[in-house]
Amino acid sequence: MKPKPLIFLVDDDIDYLFQAKVKLEKAGYEVITAESQKEAEEIINKMKPDLAILDLMMENEDSGFILCYKFKKKYPDLPIIIATAVAAETGISFDIHDENNRKWIKADCFLEKGIRTDIFLSEIEKLLAKKP
Amino acid sequence: MPTLKILVVDDEPGIRSGVARILRNFRVDYPFMEEAYDFEVFEASTGEMGIEIIESNQPDIILLDNKLPGIQGIEVLEYIKKKQYNIIVAMITSYASLELAVKATTDGAYDFIPKPFTPQELKSSVENITKKIFLKKMTTRLQESGKQVRFQFLSVLSHELKAPLNAIEGYLKMIRERQLGGKIEDYNDVIERMQDRIRGMRTLILDLLDLTKAETSQVKRNIVDTNINQIIRNAIDTMQPYSIQKEVTVTIKGLDNVVIKADPNEMEIIMNNLISNSIKYNKEGGSVTCDVTDEGDQIGISVSDTGIGMTEQEMGRLFQDFVRIKNEKTRNITGSGLGLSIVKKLVDSYNGKIGVSSMPDQGSTFKVSLPKVAK
Repeated sequence: MKPKPLIFLVDDDIDYLFQAKVKLEKAGYEVITAESQKEAEEIINKMKPDLAILDLMMENEDSGFILCYKFKKKYPDLPIIIATAVAAETGISFDIHDENNRKWIKADCFLEKGIRTDIFLSEIEKLLAKKP
Repeated sequence: MPTLKILVVDDEPGIRSGVARILRNFRVDYPFMEEAYDFEVFEASTGEMGIEIIESNQPDIILLDNKLPGIQGIEVLEYIKKKQYNIIVAMITSYASLELAVKATTDGAYDFIPKPFTPQELKSSVENITKKIFLKKMTTRLQESGKQVRFQFLSVLSHELKAPLNAIEGYLKMIRERQLGGKIEDYNDVIERMQDRIRGMRTLILDLLDLTKAETSQVKRNIVDTNINQIIRNAIDTMQPYSIQKEVTVTIKGLDNVVIKADPNEMEIIMNNLISNSIKYNKEGGSVTCDVTDEGDQIGISVSDTGIGMTEQEMGRLFQDFVRIKNEKTRNITGSGLGLSIVKKLVDSYNGKIGVSSMPDQGSTFKVSLPKVAK
């Protein structure tokens, strides 16, 4: 049997963390979690997940971007999703498909937190399939 | 369609006509913009000519070469800076020395466009500048009407209100789909979390009411003789269930029966917030000391705790709306992030002062000074 892909989930909202973890485990993934940027940095130094899902705003407003940068520096091939509730609530949109943004935000994909579970899971599958 | 004026200052005719050609049918559109921007290009072959056009046509954007026959580009930049014109300048340079780059940046250059550039490079630079101009216009407009602060407040508020709803909705979905099993016991934790989030939301709503009161208070303020010690004792009583639970001892020392002219309800809001924080952010078995002192025209009320404390950086942001210090130590403490901002607004409205001193892991002291006679 193939080993389950390992997903690293980072979010300071423990409710979101718990709910997403259950969803992902049901879908057949192994999940480890961190509740802060600091904890996430400690964990990533010890192990390499198959995919990471990061919240944008944690201790700092840009925790997600910072983590993303650090993760990619350590593991350039690690697919990263930034899950945020920013767009729906503030009207500020980040567009990863825009060339300029892609240059400095290194995430592979941006997802709104409230999206449907099937879309959430299919984005993860897509990113995992792309991996060499 | 709004048109931005772009001035190209370059001694090479090829560059000037190239820019004009590339930007002729170029439009910048941005999700928030009401309309797309297009461009009108002016050309100058020397810095002197550039300054003439700046004076006669007031361009919005200047693409500026540094190596010019007469005065240098950097001098044109200095001229704009001196005159305080609101123009965004991008330097076009074939070789940007670090020194020049630093000088140009301190003089207000916004961007550097390397020469030779592709049409795409030019367009993307102009696009960025246009976005900046647009956002600047928007910000000024919003600031003028005081709307920006309101917009920020509302967007954070909507986040704070939606977060618990999302969490509860997610949990309900888990229950409906029996994601954790078929027995009600499988959902004990989930139900407890939902209750926590509902409590948090209720606190937020109550704090919002206090905040609204604080912001409109002066209108219908009820200024009477108010016994501050009595208010503090009431606040200690109100928080007692909480202090017992955390085994925190709360004591009051200093002057007794101090009476000032103030609105008792507002004094209560101030003391409830300060004392509840001092318990909330305390260590188990810790203590809180309230001290009342005479300071001439004012009275001083301080609330000291033996709690988790804060760093210098954390203290700086403390009195803003919705700012909550997020770290490992505060992870399990809930709050609306409005308490101290309410306290500060109230204290300010009495021409009083609030200050904080703190040491991480040692504790914090909040000190409020209020005039004895409200102005």
